[in-house]
Amino acid sequence: MIAVVDYGVGNLFSLMSSLRYLGLDCIVTNKKEDLLKAEKIILPGVGAFGDAMEKLKETGLVGTIKDLAGVKPLLGICLGMQLLFDKSFEHGEYEGLGLISGLVAPLAADINPTLKVPHMGWNKLEIVRDDPIFKYFTNCEWVYYVHSYYAKNCSNAILGVSEYDVMVTGLVRSPSGMVYGMQFHPEKSGNAGLRLLKAFSEI
Amino acid sequence: MISKRIIPCLDVMNGRVVKGVNFKDIRDMADPAEMARYYSETGADELVFYDITASFEGRKLFTGVLRAVASEIFIPLTVGGGISSLNDFDTVLKCGADKVSVNSGAIKDPSLIGAAAKRYGSQCVVLSMDVKRVNGKFHVFANGGRTDTGIDALEWAKRGEDLGAGEIVLNSIDTDGVREGFDLPMLRAIGEIVSVPLIASGGAGKMEDFCKLFKYDKVDAGLAAGVFHTKKIDIGNLKSYLRDCGVNVRL
Repeated sequence: MIAVVDYGVGNLFSLMSSLRYLGLDCIVTNKKEDLLKAEKIILPGVGAFGDAMEKLKETGLVGTIKDLAGVKPLLGICLGMQLLFDKSFEHGEYEGLGLISGLVAPLAADINPTLKVPHMGWNKLEIVRDDPIFKYFTNCEWVYYVHSYYAKNCSNAILGVSEYDVMVTGLVRSPSGMVYGMQFHPEKSGNAGLRLLKAFSEI
Repeated sequence: MISKRIIPCLDVMNGRVVKGVNFKDIRDMADPAEMARYYSETGADELVFYDITASFEGRKLFTGVLRAVASEIFIPLTVGGGISSLNDFDTVLKCGADKVSVNSGAIKDPSLIGAAAKRYGSQCVVLSMDVKRVNGKFHVFANGGRTDTGIDALEWAKRGEDLGAGEIVLNSIDTDGVREGFDLPMLRAIGEIVSVPLIASGGAGKMEDFCKLFKYDKVDAGLAAGVFHTKKIDIGNLKSYLRDCGVNVRL
């Protein structure tokens, strides 16, 4: 069973629909027992980092997620991926979960000012390092992004990138563990996204 | 780099996809879920659903259709039609929409754009504008293209962006359904003053029209209904053609 963490951030309709479409047993939950029982955990999220971290703390699940991250596969999606890092500089400076070393910084500061932010739309995901997550994925398939901040100083965790003047961190994995993160939305990336979720479900 | 997007638009009335010419003469076309699946499989980058029913019953049918489509089509969905409050945003987002497009509702109450952007983020708020030439000026029309508001389209586009709209859909009433190409002069007028993504709508008739459209690099996406619904243009073929024209498309 896959537990999707519900901490009041964002809309889980598409993510749950895509997991169900793949025939996966999944629940939306904010209960510790469910996370303990689950085989895998997904941490979704949209919105602002500081606010999301605060809401996640309010659920009382931070300790459990950190403990389980070393034991079972965990996947952060979009803002949920950003929360996996040490800290973020979105509207201030906030501590993250610290499960992957690196930080989250504004894209606008690093790219050509004529490019639009958010980085929104379909971009190619280039595989940097092979991994079981790419079991059903071909190099340079297209994935769907919507974000204004991105993860950096995390080169030893990067599995896939997308070019948007800079190389945007697209897919990460903790160097020696089972903590995965996707900056793009696999649940909105058509067939390619479904295949990435399927591969995660088999890890 | 981000691709240019091809977006089929489904006007939904009483649970069916319909299409008019110059915003009139509405004809029944197909089942929305079936059509959405077809577009998703043939390479559409996004889908737009407009609810053009007015009745309460129609609304319920619409959210039912939306939920059915959103639960099996995994590409971004934009929903519009009669959106006039944060409550409306909430309803369609809960039914699986990713973005919400506002038109007449925002003309009546421009603060809706800012309030929605604050609550859901700018990326979620699309300002859709129906624009027509009146005495040499671009006027914004409301109520499905029926009422001239007298508002200058350039000013409205800029204001919408300043209020927090994350994207602008420009529907040219002058070229809608005529199938002789997108309204490039109108698109240029708006494109020069806004910096959010611009989506062109109205006038697509053949593949060459899209190639001409994307030669203007400020346009991010081309939206059409009739030419896709009648299969006059197949999206897969269109994208191969555009790639050969040097346009960056998702294939």
